[in-house]
Amino acid sequence: MNRSHRLGLAPIAGLAAVSLVLAACGSSNHASSGALQASAPGVTAKTITIGSTQPLTGIAAPGYDEIAPASNAYFQYVNAHGGVYGRKIVYKYLNDQYNSSMTTTDVRQLILQDHVFALFNGLGTPTHLAVAPFINAEKVPDLFVASGCACWNATSSWPETFGWQTNYIREGKILGSYIAANFKGKKIAYFYQDDEFGLDGVKGLSDEIPASQVVAKEPYNVAAANPAAEVGTLTAALKASGAQVVVAFAVPDFMALLRLSELSLGYNPTIVSSSVGSDPQTIAGLLNAFAKKSGSFGTSLIQGLITDSYLPSLGSSNSWIQLFTKIHNQYIPKVPLDGNVLYGLSVGYTFVQALFKAGRNPTRQDLVNAVNSGLPQGVSVAPYAYTSTDHDGMTGAYMAVIKQLALTPLGPVQVTDNTATGAVTTDSTAQPPAPTSGIP
Amino acid sequence: MTLAKHLGIAILAGLVLLALSSKLDSFRQYQLAQVAATVIAVAGLTVLIGISGQISIGHGAFMFVGGYSTALLVMHLNWPLALVIVASGVVAGVAGAIMGVAAARLRGPYLAGATLMLAVALPAVAFQWQGVFGGDQGLNFTVSTPGFLGANFQLTEWQAWVCCVCALIALVLLANLLRSRVGRNWRALRDNDTAAALAGLNVARLRVSAFIVSAACAGVAGSLLAVTMLNVTPGAFTLALSIQLLTAVVLGGLGSLAGAIWGGIILVLVPPFLTNFAASHGVSAGSASVPIVGYGLVLIVVMLVFPTGIQGGVRRLLGLARPTATGQASAIGRRWQLAWKPAGSNSAVGNAADNSAGSAAAGTQIAASEAATKDGVAEEGTR
Repeated sequence: MNRSHRLGLAPIAGLAAVSLVLAACGSSNHASSGALQASAPGVTAKTITIGSTQPLTGIAAPGYDEIAPASNAYFQYVNAHGGVYGRKIVYKYLNDQYNSSMTTTDVRQLILQDHVFALFNGLGTPTHLAVAPFINAEKVPDLFVASGCACWNATSSWPETFGWQTNYIREGKILGSYIAANFKGKKIAYFYQDDEFGLDGVKGLSDEIPASQVVAKEPYNVAAANPAAEVGTLTAALKASGAQVVVAFAVPDFMALLRLSELSLGYNPTIVSSSVGSDPQTIAGLLNAFAKKSGSFGTSLIQGLITDSYLPSLGSSNSWIQLFTKIHNQYIPKVPLDGNVLYGLSVGYTFVQALFKAGRNPTRQDLVNAVNSGLPQGVSVAPYAYTSTDHDGMTGAYMAVIKQLALTPLGPVQVTDNTATGAVTTDSTAQPPAPTSGIP
Repeated sequence: MTLAKHLGIAILAGLVLLALSSKLDSFRQYQLAQVAATVIAVAGLTVLIGISGQISIGHGAFMFVGGYSTALLVMHLNWPLALVIVASGVVAGVAGAIMGVAAARLRGPYLAGATLMLAVALPAVAFQWQGVFGGDQGLNFTVSTPGFLGANFQLTEWQAWVCCVCALIALVLLANLLRSRVGRNWRALRDNDTAAALAGLNVARLRVSAFIVSAACAGVAGSLLAVTMLNVTPGAFTLALSIQLLTAVVLGGLGSLAGAIWGGIILVLVPPFLTNFAASHGVSAGSASVPIVGYGLVLIVVMLVFPTGIQGGVRRLLGLARPTATGQASAIGRRWQLAWKPAGSNSAVGNAADNSAGSAAAGTQIAASEAATKDGVAEEGTR
């Protein structure tokens, strides 16, 4: 896969000097008295150990294998700048190959053997659904699952589990609201994954788009034996329906296959995609890999693709992007700074926010309480929904269009809720800038 | 007499495991349960391949049947655990009978292909009827510790007990079966099916019965894994699992029940050990394939050092070499190689196998297995 978006190493020397200065004022706002104690499993006087399950190899690995190393890069940055109340974060992430049975064993190892303080950013809807009951039975905090399933918001049965990213229902509603306003009277079709991810998305879309405009719904099976053939058949059906706008809730692999099928069928509708299948670097790389092409082939196929995003746009002058570019260049320069790395850095930041809020000598319940009482917005473009009865994370996103290998915003941030009747409204509050220290 | 001996060993092993399980931490108890469950599947497969001379590259499918039967029975009917485990074995046994009827007509690579198809196709059932089988995310359920153990008894220890007890019962039953007329008939079938048929054995029925026993073992193993993990997902029963079971059979020692124990231990414990080893030596960052490569190396080394499997190697190292045990695996291995080669190329392969395992032992084995064949034939004749 061609990842041309490598950043140079040149700025590192200068940034190192800056970070030394920043280190001096790093965590001064958190200074308080009292000895550091081993207050909970995984918390010693010197370290906090947290665990995760991630697809480092296997079908979901391309792209997603960058997330945990990126989070770890942020933790290393924090550790180098005073840690969390002086404690260093130890991040142990195990490879579950996106296989639920391996997730089951990995999570037992993390909780029963490694005695981690909390689970953090376990990746995947089916994989994490297999372990959420066990994690909650063991009363281990389960923060910021890397999946936009609305199912993590189940405070009565799973009080320890929290979502993070804008969930697929909300994404569907925000995309649907944009489509309803901008493609009036056009024929619209859905292309979606036939599971929680795609079904939640379609639910949100259906809340906003008039049913009379929808001419086709084509679900794909992510476990299809021959994905290319399956997507080819579905694309032919999309073309036959005469749809002028195709809305996709698809993972990157299937998004790329959809684009290639459309190309071979000479079908050129407007594509609107959920954020899951629209990271420009990832999709462009997959397109080149699948078509055995190189250079700008992949990039050219995604120009004008409309999507949404809940994190600041890469390539913008946003203070968060500047901070994360600096940390990326210093700690994981070998991995290109794409949407997955941005995701990993951002969710790492959010976790450190929660850790600081949990106090100097936190118990597991302190950490859960800290998130239950709400988190400051930070890196998210929209406020968090967290309360003791709402474990959804971000409440909104902004619409954007792909230009070259970056997202160009199409308007202000939109926020909404999970209900069918809840309106999609503009969020007027500006996103707070990144702290100069880089630490919450 | 044999039964008493096997029972004695099993009871002794059970007491050791009982003492051991309370000393282990929760995660080790969980692993112990996994090992015990896996041993049953490997033992069943080693009987099929090593004793009856058939092959299955799709045994994960029977574990799938057992696992999902358990989840559905616990969730919808709430049967007692022991009944659920037995029922899961029975359901898988029925599936094995259906497969066995087809298998009775197929041999060598054709049989391998048919069972392979089963392993690939069956997990798709979970996606086809998502309402029943839960699709990609599978089914979650719970089991609780029985009341007489007290409220604070660890669930993982209870799971370890259940799995170990089932494994010991399965091993005793299999060991007795292999010593019985059925076992001898299977060996006769394996060594020369034409001769066995000429001697009056019902070859087709023997093939099917071996498949039933083996599939029932896999079903119980799948059931126990489900009880240990408290969920079943299609991802737990991939083609990779079926291949790993086959690997475990060969590694442990083809046709040896003790070898099945080694195989189960390797299958469950070596991959996480390598992952942790890699992580503690700082190679995990960015190179997640290291444990996989390490596992491959372990397989290669074991096969080079112990061509008769670990059990054969252990016996040789301890000087316990009994021709019937040591030679058996190599003789079977050679027969397999013979069966898979065109008739003209037999000699070279046969010689290689003889040289590596010691031709004297192999020669004795042939005599022994032929004696077994005669034994079985004689018994059939008296009917």
